[in-house]
Amino acid sequence: MAVVAVPKSSEESNSKMKTSPSNTITLRISRSNPAEGQESAFSEFQIPVQKWTTVLEAILYVKQNFDHSVAVRYSCRQASCGSCGMKINGKPALACYTKISELNSNVVTVEPMNNFPIIRDLAVDFKQLISNHKKMKPFIIREDSEVTPESKEFIQTPQDLEKFLQFSYCIKCGLCNSACPTMATDTSFIGPQGLAQAYRYVADNRDKGKDERLKIVDDSHGIWRCHFAGSCSQVCPKGVDPAMAIQLLRGYLLGFRK
Amino acid sequence: MAERLSNREGIRGMANPTRYGIERVAYWLQRLTGLGLLAYLIGHIYETSTIVNGKIAWDKMLELTQTPQGHILLTLVIGMCVFHTANGIRVMLGHGGIGVGKPGQPEYPYKAASLNYKQRLCIWVSIALAALAMMYGASVLFGD
Ligand code: HEM
Ligand code: SF4
Ligand code: FES
Repeated sequence: MAVVAVPKSSEESNSKMKTSPSNTITLRISRSNPAEGQESAFSEFQIPVQKWTTVLEAILYVKQNFDHSVAVRYSCRQASCGSCGMKINGKPALACYTKISELNSNVVTVEPMNNFPIIRDLAVDFKQLISNHKKMKPFIIREDSEVTPESKEFIQTPQDLEKFLQFSYCIKCGLCNSACPTMATDTSFIGPQGLAQAYRYVADNRDKGKDERLKIVDDSHGIWRCHFAGSCSQVCPKGVDPAMAIQLLRGYLLGFRK
Repeated sequence: MAERLSNREGIRGMANPTRYGIERVAYWLQRLTGLGLLAYLIGHIYETSTIVNGKIAWDKMLELTQTPQGHILLTLVIGMCVFHTANGIRVMLGHGGIGVGKPGQPEYPYKAASLNYKQRLCIWVSIALAALAMMYGASVLFGD
């Protein structure tokens, strides 16, 4: 059995110096509370960081050591829950999935995501995203079911699965909606997140709701507002590629696909 | 919540081509050239409609374009026209789902298949064709 010993204090400081040179960066956090009429202003903090420190860890360091009132939403810390989207040095990204070291800058600025109402500081309101997601009927539509006693499973081949798998990886983080140029000006746009989810179910061969969903996205604030600028896919942290899903979905409406 | 508090980027964010790669630059150029061509079309109809006022009015109008500024403007129109058409064909095919890649198993670092080299190549070719056409156009306009 391997024995793990606590390193002696001299060893510890030694190994720290050799393997993990710590660096100090300036973290600028946008602070605002629009409901209280408080305009945004930046708070600055000096944070010690390692090669592997994430932006979320730096923000939590601020909460633990300097100012606990910073509002930030997070949960999983591993790019799975979709809570910690924010603008990091000007671009939308997940705070838990962005290492400080990969930003190549000693100044890291975090701001709330654009195109979402600000609740406070870095926390934004997801009401519109969730309600647009629900409008896409994000579930399998068909008469029969695989859960009744006499029914069988709906068998799919690996090829059937590949047609929608990547789109099902969406964690509803909203980064795509905050990068989208249409979302920047159109307050009623469904957005890349919702449109990509409409395609996720249309592409699933267990689903029979294609016509229903096509009718929903065929709207003046629907799929036609997408200009294929690709910014959604540029920022998506899960490889969903909403721009691809939207163009494939539009292929049905334009008659390129059956 | 009031839209005023929505933190929307607005037109300035929409029209900022610097952050999301060449595809966003192409989007921006397509808008700009589309609007430029629309402005040119309106001006063009105004210009050519002087023919109804007779030959003298027509010749006077034509003199306006026979200046260095007029030549520069026409060179720009040539460039806008070529880029808008070439990139427009890419965008129309893309909108139909052609050339946007195939869905598959996403793997780290999750490069999006729709932002593929074919798309980028078509954008650069559109820019190059526009530049070539502008050079040729300028050589003819300024040539004599
Ligand atoms: C063969 C010629 C042309 C092709 C293939 C073409 C193609 C396109 C396409 C595909 C779009 C949509 C881009 C998007 O979804 O973002 C577009 C937009 C536009 N086009 Fe054209 N076009 C052509 C000629 C013209 C001409 C001659 C004019 C001007 C009179 C014009 C003015 C516009 C305008 C104003 C827009 C809107 C820009 C936008 O919303 O981004 N186009 N064109
Ligand atoms: S498509 Fe990607 S960027 Fe958009 S909400 Fe889903 S995971 Fe986030
Ligand atoms: S904390 Fe869950 S995605 Fe970042």
